[in-house]
Amino acid sequence: MTAEVPEGPRLVLTQPLSFWGGVDPTDGSIIDTHHPQRGESVRAMVLVMRRGRGSSSSATVLAECLRLGTGPAAIVMEEIDEVLAVGALVAKELYGVDCPVLADPVVFREVVGPSLDS
Amino acid sequence: MRDKARLAGSEGPGVALAMRVVTGMGEAVGATSLLDVTGAHVDSCLYHGRAGLDFALRLAEGGAMVSVPTTLNITSLDLLHPELYRGDGNEAAAARRQLEAYEAMGCRPTWTCAPYQLEARPGLGEHIAWAESNAIVFANSVLGARTGRYGDFFDICAAVTGRVPAAGLHLDWNRLGGVVLSVEPRRWDMSTSLFYAALGHVVGGRAGALVPVIQGLPAKTTEDHLKALGAAAASSGSVAMFHAVGITPEAPTLEAATGGRPLPTEQITDEHLDAAVRELSTGSAANVDAVCLGTPHFSLAEFGRLRQALAGRRAALPLYVNTGRGVLGDLQARGWDEELSALGVTIVTDTCTYLTPILADAIRTVMTDSGKWAFYAPANLGVDVVLADLDMCVNRAVAGRVGS
Repeated sequence: MTAEVPEGPRLVLTQPLSFWGGVDPTDGSIIDTHHPQRGESVRAMVLVMRRGRGSSSSATVLAECLRLGTGPAAIVMEEIDEVLAVGALVAKELYGVDCPVLADPVVFREVVGPSLDS
Repeated sequence: MRDKARLAGSEGPGVALAMRVVTGMGEAVGATSLLDVTGAHVDSCLYHGRAGLDFALRLAEGGAMVSVPTTLNITSLDLLHPELYRGDGNEAAAARRQLEAYEAMGCRPTWTCAPYQLEARPGLGEHIAWAESNAIVFANSVLGARTGRYGDFFDICAAVTGRVPAAGLHLDWNRLGGVVLSVEPRRWDMSTSLFYAALGHVVGGRAGALVPVIQGLPAKTTEDHLKALGAAAASSGSVAMFHAVGITPEAPTLEAATGGRPLPTEQITDEHLDAAVRELSTGSAANVDAVCLGTPHFSLAEFGRLRQALAGRRAALPLYVNTGRGVLGDLQARGWDEELSALGVTIVTDTCTYLTPILADAIRTVMTDSGKWAFYAPANLGVDVVLADLDMCVNRAVAGRVGS
């Protein structure tokens, strides 16, 4: 949806995250008990994750986070995730909140470096 | 062209908004055209906060109506048994308003996460727009219908416009397998519900973004088994489609499923399945104080197996079973609902025990045969979970609390 790597602090996820059941919209914290980065927050971060995971409801939870100001500043992925893409699109429609979703394998590699293997 | 006219507002602001979302998605996934769908299943009806309600009202008040037959996913309320809901009243009122908006747009109030259990279901090669991760994987894999991995908001926009981007699993070449998973258990019994829940968890973790081709499942694998497998795989991973060689319609042979391409093959053994059960179990079987079944919604055949497993015995622990109101009607026609109720079974419709305040506060450890319930409930409800086979769940419910 955008070509530039967004500026700002990054949170590189070592495993994909489902926003529904995985992020608490009241503060943006990761609550998925299976996720190794449980307890960290997506709030105002450039969220870097290889791909989406899990629930269709993640679109609504992302939009709700963006409405409440607890969502990420941008999302960088290796491949596009339809669920998160539409969540960001609708948050822009409803609330004018911008959360660019960038899906590009080359940019993703650049951002994460060679270390991420999930 | 009609799409462009609708973007420009020819059919009102609600349809224009829906069309913007569909074309925006098309750009995001790099599609060069849109195609028609024959039906939709909408997950957006489930209330998660103000954003979902705002969007529903924006569409409905803008005059949007669905243009294809559209079913609705679960709600956060049990509409038939409202007394089971123990949550906040304001939230329940907002949730109800959101449901009413979707009904006003012409969606059918089916309230089930298993639309494939309804009488009319899509056929092989049919393009549809389904949300709800377990329904998506079932439609693509078991029915051979074609849907992307759609989420909330997009589902209703596709239902309103009848259009989706020509991309992803709508296209032949994206439906071919990308990795072969050869199931080779020695100890595990492939006729149990636990096997399919555990296998699904493993498949979700292994498949990544590829369509997995599962080899080695028995010919008598049932739709309910495949439902359990898909639901678990779509929770632990982003699986939107799998092939089961000799079982699912696009995989009569390994060659058909892979397009004849040589693929990497990974073995799935007893140890992987054991590890899946360990990963999905946070609590101890000794502490179980309730049993939850029916995630995704229990089918009529599964109720038949539950009756067999109970064999007239009464559950001493709370035993909840989620199902759709369509299946509830089938139960009522057979008198099974009253029989099960007399045996201590609480049938929950329209919703699911893993997301909404139904379980009593005193319940701390729950046994389930659902990989999906086990995956999400600890974070959603703050309970511990023990994953077990259906028979074990029922026997545990009958036996009651350890030491009591």
